[in-house]
Amino acid sequence: MFQIQPFDPVAPLIGGALIGLSASLILLTHGRVTGISGIFGGLLHAQPTDTTFRGWFLAGLLVAGLIVRLGWPELISLGNSTGLGPTALAGVLVGFGTSMGNGCTSGHGVCGLSRQSRRSLFATLTFMATGAAMVFLVRRVIGVGQ
Amino acid sequence: MSARLVLLLAGAMFGAGLAISGMTLPERVLGFLDITGAWNPSLALVMLGAIAVHVVLYRVVRKRRAPVFDDRFHIPTRRDLDARLLIGAAIFGAGWGIAGFCPGPALTSAAAGSFPAILFVAAMTAGILLERAMTANSSTLWEQLTWKSNRSTIRPPTR
Repeated sequence: MFQIQPFDPVAPLIGGALIGLSASLILLTHGRVTGISGIFGGLLHAQPTDTTFRGWFLAGLLVAGLIVRLGWPELISLGNSTGLGPTALAGVLVGFGTSMGNGCTSGHGVCGLSRQSRRSLFATLTFMATGAAMVFLVRRVIGVGQ
Repeated sequence: MSARLVLLLAGAMFGAGLAISGMTLPERVLGFLDITGAWNPSLALVMLGAIAVHVVLYRVVRKRRAPVFDDRFHIPTRRDLDARLLIGAAIFGAGWGIAGFCPGPALTSAAAGSFPAILFVAAMTAGILLERAMTANSSTLWEQLTWKSNRSTIRPPTR
């Protein structure tokens, strides 16, 4: 029904627009930044705050994952070319870094840049740069993945 | 429409957007970050598409005095650049560049039954808790490392 081509600009634009609409809907109804790391991390407290907001939004995100798996399984990667050890290390770094830097691709990259936040601009430039540097290190220097 | 239904819908829209755009395919994400190899620029359009919509609707929505289901907006107001922000973003990017997952696509893929994504989310949870534990025990170290220590010791609301 919905075929994704590797260099197709339409699907990324449609998907991106949906993400922007979601963030706008959250702003309109709840007045909050749609930053996934913050919404998720906020639940990891002994006494979490805003549990209704966090829980129901994340439930929607998870429901989408289930529906995509059932209807469009080609959009989900079930395999792993990274290896489980590096995947776990990557998860720790992403959790640690987003907690320390107060945001991820959505909170800084989408919401922050949209409201012209200086902090989010510098955060986004930084994680884009180190992300590209890490891919270079892994693929070109260490020589894994290609 | 109830607040909970809106949240469920917004979450599902966000997850669908990630999947349609290709963000739940880590190989595609790594291809986007691989600027010195066979660079696949298409994922830049995800962020551009999201910003194009949100930059307009943000201005429209902020003309309201308050959101629909709350009495005020909860938008970060800090402008200072501190070491925590930049070091944190750098560490996040490094992890993103190893596995090709950032938090949203990882959670969506985990719900879709991807074992690597489930492992990633478990490790991400550990990383968040580790950062908090280290920060709680080393505030004086952070005061020395941050450029504007008087402001950066007050943690802003999580986003």
